[in-house]
Amino acid sequence: MISVKGLVKKFGDLEVLRGIDAEINKGDVICVIGPSGSGKSTFLRCLNLLEKPDGGHIIFEGDDLTSKKIDLNAHRQKIGMVFQQFNLFPHMTVLDNLTCAPIMLKKIPKAEAEAKAIDLLSRVGLADRAGSYPGKLSGGQKQRVAICRALCMEPDVMLFDEPTSALDPEMVGEVLEVMKALAKAGMTMVVVTHEMGFAREVSNRVLFLDEGVIMEEGTPEDIFDAPKCERLRSFLSKVL
Amino acid sequence: MNAWLQKLHETFIESGYLDFMFEGLKNTVLITLGALAIGIVIGSLIAIIKYFAEDTPALKPAAVVCDVYVTVIRGIPVVVLLLIFFFVIMTAADGIPVAIITFGINSGAYMAELIRSGLGAVDKGQLEAARSLGMSKTQAMRKVIFPQAIRYILPAIGNEMIALLKETSVAGYVAVVDLTRAGNLVRNNTHDAFNPLMVVALTYLLIVVLLSRLLKILERRLKRNDKR
Repeated sequence: MISVKGLVKKFGDLEVLRGIDAEINKGDVICVIGPSGSGKSTFLRCLNLLEKPDGGHIIFEGDDLTSKKIDLNAHRQKIGMVFQQFNLFPHMTVLDNLTCAPIMLKKIPKAEAEAKAIDLLSRVGLADRAGSYPGKLSGGQKQRVAICRALCMEPDVMLFDEPTSALDPEMVGEVLEVMKALAKAGMTMVVVTHEMGFAREVSNRVLFLDEGVIMEEGTPEDIFDAPKCERLRSFLSKVL
Repeated sequence: MNAWLQKLHETFIESGYLDFMFEGLKNTVLITLGALAIGIVIGSLIAIIKYFAEDTPALKPAAVVCDVYVTVIRGIPVVVLLLIFFFVIMTAADGIPVAIITFGINSGAYMAELIRSGLGAVDKGQLEAARSLGMSKTQAMRKVIFPQAIRYILPAIGNEMIALLKETSVAGYVAVVDLTRAGNLVRNNTHDAFNPLMVVALTYLLIVVLLSRLLKILERRLKRNDKR
């Protein structure tokens, strides 16, 4: 579904990603772990070109997103993204947050978009908050709404950028539950996370990023039970 | 007291200059509103170009042009601009359109900065979220950024309008009879300096106080509608 080839990203003189190759297949749930500053968020943000790569290619469903000729907006509709800081639109109700993009971009009739939105909200237990503004929600509720907003576009893949890092500890669980359900339903997901329990339990592949390269890659069992490189071993000893 | 009222009556009523003063006021309001509209259009355009130029290489040349515009306009006194437009650039035009355009162009440079800082006050994550959903820059601007920036921008535009109103008092340099020039002409023709100038001063003051009041109400409304 997405192949990443030789991805390079620099911020000024700092080379954050130094040649990353990765293959994301349909139905994959891939967790990206690594120390802070390792480039994992940048890697994720390159996948939908929120960061413009300085080298390499992102091939999404056969199209090279780094090509100048591509209609990036049309492709982004199929790549959902969930942010650490939620980034809900504070001037819109929860319902409008979900429906504004489908109505504007996919020309879906308002009633249909709203029915779909309510359905999604009820699946995360927030149907009764449809008329609320984001400011009235807790962090966990905001992130569940943000997941629904991305899902409302019916994307082929979902990117999660540390979705639980800005949450109070007691709210992490409710967001992870939603993500687990999504994974079970077969959604292709790429998750940058510090939740090692989630990575081990839900993902089918884990990428360990450090110093801008994938240092180690494998099944959760490989990564957590039999880490090969010293870097990964020392990282795991600190976080587990 | 009676003598003063008598004088007031002589200066404005007997001579028929009251209508003349109203004519001046009308022109002042006309120039202010016209310039405000032009200023908002120019200012928004520059602000949006500069907002997106940060990560769009194609917009860099346009952003440089905008910078030059803002620097040049802000570096020249508005009276000098007015004279240049009237005597050099728009020699065939009447004073009032020249004044509207000049003050509009002048105000646009200041508006650009305040609209840009309003847009900049909206969290960058908002633009990223909108773009990640597939919205174009224009769609994201219209649907997400601008509706949030407006509560920072509106009060600033109100202040700019107050400044603009007072700045138009130099329109007399290019033969426009605005409120100030009307008052000054009455002073000249009646040998009564005190009353015409006081009337002019108090009229400006009254409008500014009213505008400030409106602005306060507006700001309070914007705050109340803020449901975050």
